[in-house]
Amino acid sequence: MNKEYIVQLNTLIADKVYKMVLSGDTSKITNPGQFINIKIDESYQNFLRRPISIACYSHNEITIIYKIFGEGTLRLSEKKTGDILDILCPLGNGFTINTNAKKTLLIGGGCGVPPLLELAKQLNKNNLKFDVVIGFSSYQDIFLEEEFKSLSNTTIVCTLDGSYGQKGNVLEVIKNKSMIFDYYYACGPEKMLHSLVKEGYNGQLSFEERMGCGFGACMGCSHKTIKSYKRICKEGPVLMSHEVYINE
Amino acid sequence: MNRLETILPGMTLSNPIIPASGCFGFGYEFMEYYDINILGSFVFKGTTLEARFGNKTPRIAESYAGMLNAIGLQNPGVEAVINDELVKLKKCYKKLVIANIGGSCQRDYVEAVTKISKSDLVGAIELNISCPNVKDGGMSFGTNKDVAASLTKAVKEATHLPVYVKLSPNVTDIVEIAKAVEDAGADAITLINTLVGMRIDLSTGKPILANSYGGLSGPAIKPVAIKMVHQVYKNVSIPLIGVGGIMNARDVLEMMYAGASAVQIGTANLIDPYACKSIIEDLPKLMDELKINKISDIIGRSHI
Repeated sequence: MNKEYIVQLNTLIADKVYKMVLSGDTSKITNPGQFINIKIDESYQNFLRRPISIACYSHNEITIIYKIFGEGTLRLSEKKTGDILDILCPLGNGFTINTNAKKTLLIGGGCGVPPLLELAKQLNKNNLKFDVVIGFSSYQDIFLEEEFKSLSNTTIVCTLDGSYGQKGNVLEVIKNKSMIFDYYYACGPEKMLHSLVKEGYNGQLSFEERMGCGFGACMGCSHKTIKSYKRICKEGPVLMSHEVYINE
Repeated sequence: MNRLETILPGMTLSNPIIPASGCFGFGYEFMEYYDINILGSFVFKGTTLEARFGNKTPRIAESYAGMLNAIGLQNPGVEAVINDELVKLKKCYKKLVIANIGGSCQRDYVEAVTKISKSDLVGAIELNISCPNVKDGGMSFGTNKDVAASLTKAVKEATHLPVYVKLSPNVTDIVEIAKAVEDAGADAITLINTLVGMRIDLSTGKPILANSYGGLSGPAIKPVAIKMVHQVYKNVSIPLIGVGGIMNARDVLEMMYAGASAVQIGTANLIDPYACKSIIEDLPKLMDELKINKISDIIGRSHI
């Protein structure tokens, strides 16, 4: 499963946000919302792999969109076309498309936006209509707006500081605009995901967690759910809204 | 002749490579990567009498050449391990497994060991008296020689299986504790568990781990492990299992030179799920290079 992938493109698309295209085996990818685990280099400086969601993929390419948060992602941003990366792919369960939904909403916050892209493409391919709300901190943080606009009925972009689009976080915008939906798919900060669960909407949420291995061995990313525990890397990152446990 | 064969109490291993507890789950999930029957054996996830959820997340923090973990002995409890995990394991694994058992009090340890000893899949008990990430028990049993000895003795009386005692490096004198558990009847000693450490997030000013402190593992701790194996080898006569930062075949031989009869691989599995397979494949080549005929010949060679 861990294979070599070749960097085809690694380019800045928003403030500290990069888009990387990798060529290599994509045959095992089954669902939108799965992720890959990247070995930054052979040194022990960045010791653990970096788990990053798949934004979209084709028969021979994977696109990821990541933000520089620390040393590991900084090193990743310095990779050049032709560089070879050791990657575990794919990992996690991903989103399952609900064909019974009548009015679907995709909700993304910041670095949680990328995995919704492949989902949007597949919904589109299946002739399933949907709307999109994506939120960022500020104007310079926005990415994928055009891509979502071309795939969805409507795409609303919001910023926390109001520098572009609607002012506020995604939840405020959903409420202010009285958006109607009977099913949602979401990825973003835990606070955003928990708010959606508390509102009682029905859908699927992709969670993030610090991971040791990324493939189920270390129990580093376990989340309590209503019935049991789930490893975000293995039984997640996508959980159903009815199983999310909020401990406050 | 199998050049990689090595012997531990109660188990003859086809090679000295044993995935360490907590880094290999209950084994069967690794079948997705390779046939786990190539392993010498493996130690399953630390198991306690009752189910434990473990600590809050984040449970993982990175550091140079290593990582900190504060999982907190998450496990489904010994009954579920026997009835679910070992049933799944038995379908794909034909060798003996080492059962890592933790607890909060002597009674819990003894009861869990008694239960797990009934499984025909278990070849030895590894007594975990060195987990740094649980408030009650764990490491507190392994930092006092009298407590460690008394627990070892009680567990020995509760099982027909060999008992390996896994020691903590977070002590003033590892030799004193090693000798105490040997005198109490331990059949082998596993060393070392993780070194207690901490990382702080500069943006929040708060500890990265929800538990604040965690156990440091990985290549950063290898010299400490080599030294402790070397030191204990000189002072006890029971076999040692060396663990701490082993990443490749060279590290395996170094640990065996120090005095280990077999080695455990922990963190390396998390970076590369194929780590143990690669090491097993690399060992014969490296032995040729170093003119080592049988791997068991080099146990404790650094002492000669």
